[in-house]
Amino acid sequence: MSAARPLAGVPAALPPAVFRRLWWALLVLALLPLARLGYLIASDDLGANPVEFVIRSLGTWTLVLLCATLTVTPLRLLTGWAWLLRLRRLLGLTTFAYATLHLLAFAGIDHRFDWAVLWTEVVKRPYITAGMAAFLLLLPLALTSTNAMVRRLGGRAWQRLHRLVYLVALLAILHYGWHKAGKNDWAEVSVYATVIGLLLGFRLWRWLAPERKGS
Amino acid sequence: MLIRRPADLPPSEITPERIWRQRRHWVQAAAAAGLLAGTGARAQSPTAARLPGRPSPLSTMEKPTPYKLVTEYVNFYEFGTEKDDPPRLAPRTLRLRPWTLVVDGEVRKPRRFDLEDLLKLAAMEERIYRLRCVEAWSAVVPWTGYPLAELIKAVEPTGNARYVEFTTLADPQQMPNLRSSVLKWPYTEGLRMDEAQHPLTLLTFGLYGEVLPHQNGAPVRLVVPWKYGFKSAKSLVRIRFVEKQPVNSWQQSAPNEYGFFSNVNPTVDHPRWSQATERRLGEDGLLARRRPTLMFNGYGEQVASLYAGMDLRKFY
Repeated sequence: MSAARPLAGVPAALPPAVFRRLWWALLVLALLPLARLGYLIASDDLGANPVEFVIRSLGTWTLVLLCATLTVTPLRLLTGWAWLLRLRRLLGLTTFAYATLHLLAFAGIDHRFDWAVLWTEVVKRPYITAGMAAFLLLLPLALTSTNAMVRRLGGRAWQRLHRLVYLVALLAILHYGWHKAGKNDWAEVSVYATVIGLLLGFRLWRWLAPERKGS
Repeated sequence: MLIRRPADLPPSEITPERIWRQRRHWVQAAAAAGLLAGTGARAQSPTAARLPGRPSPLSTMEKPTPYKLVTEYVNFYEFGTEKDDPPRLAPRTLRLRPWTLVVDGEVRKPRRFDLEDLLKLAAMEERIYRLRCVEAWSAVVPWTGYPLAELIKAVEPTGNARYVEFTTLADPQQMPNLRSSVLKWPYTEGLRMDEAQHPLTLLTFGLYGEVLPHQNGAPVRLVVPWKYGFKSAKSLVRIRFVEKQPVNSWQQSAPNEYGFFSNVNPTVDHPRWSQATERRLGEDGLLARRRPTLMFNGYGEQVASLYAGMDLRKFY
């Protein structure tokens, strides 16, 4: 396949100054939902159920950023834009940041760090179990995201470890869908499930057809 | 404005003290309402028709949830599953006149009520009730209506009437989300006869002293304050008296999550979340603690006897 051929007009490598600007733009974009939340909190405009709003908003953006992170590799392979890979860490870490805030809002704001209640919730509610598992699996990925850790683990081991993100994606969509189960309202869940299905399906397809790999 | 009493007022026209005191109570109630309006808590719709009711001793003293929140954060799945779907869509599409409520089944005098007749059936009362949603949020709402028992009396149920089934309008022309299969339409709910006849059970036509906004179940709905909110069916077109226990829409949709009785009960969890605590709309900001949920939503004194000897874990 045309893995190495860049699309017309955009080079496989970008001048450092252009790339840096792109990196910053993406960071600002990824932080916009957080800025919006901050603004809504400051202006006391979170609606009738502020706690629910904050938790759900953070959860939704975690899922969006997770999808964006998982889009990097397929997009790079389809376009040949090698520089895309260097944006992946930024997207992965912002995903982790939103996931952490989502968990903190649930544990801290909604349940005031009442550990007994939180433990019961994690154990008793399958959708919370799935969400918690997804977060715990994200943790080692975030901790090994530095260049030093990549070197220490060695590229191959690092890559194998970071395949955990596929499991995280499955757990995340399970967490979201399960939370809504019983309502028979799959409109939004099915959109995210389709996106994640396509992104993971792409990898499965490449894995099953090794001769088509670009390398 | 200063009103002077004319010197030649005949004694017969002087208001008896009892009536005067009653009026005074009204003025105070109105003043209280006015005060709340000043703080923004009663920013009612500028166009809605007034529908006052006399104050009731069954009202709670708790502070009513602001009108804006009560009318903007609504579950009414016929219009969509998001809280802001009904306030956005219902006022545009739901037609409130003409409106007919059919009351039939095991009754001696089945009737088709025009809304205008229904409004005149009994004296309107204002009932300030706590509302506890099964989703673990709550509100305090000043409803206007009269006890459902008044309607039940008017149609004379037979000895076979053991349950009452309530049906919500299901018109795809007026309700955009009927296309979806979120629930099986029409939305139906049910009560046992003694629950339906209980003085707290209110046939409701208004809130905040005005006719019900479209999205809150206009023009006529049920309010059963000791049960989760979904039992209080909206926009009723039929009330049927039956012998067998009806299957309500939520029970049909997810029998392991929603039962027939659905009494507010902090000790019986929803499978996906705890019912021990709740968030009060408009009061429980980001920094507030969840408040403990009360058995029967705090109406235990009035209704606990209805369920004496029943295992409420089994009959959730």
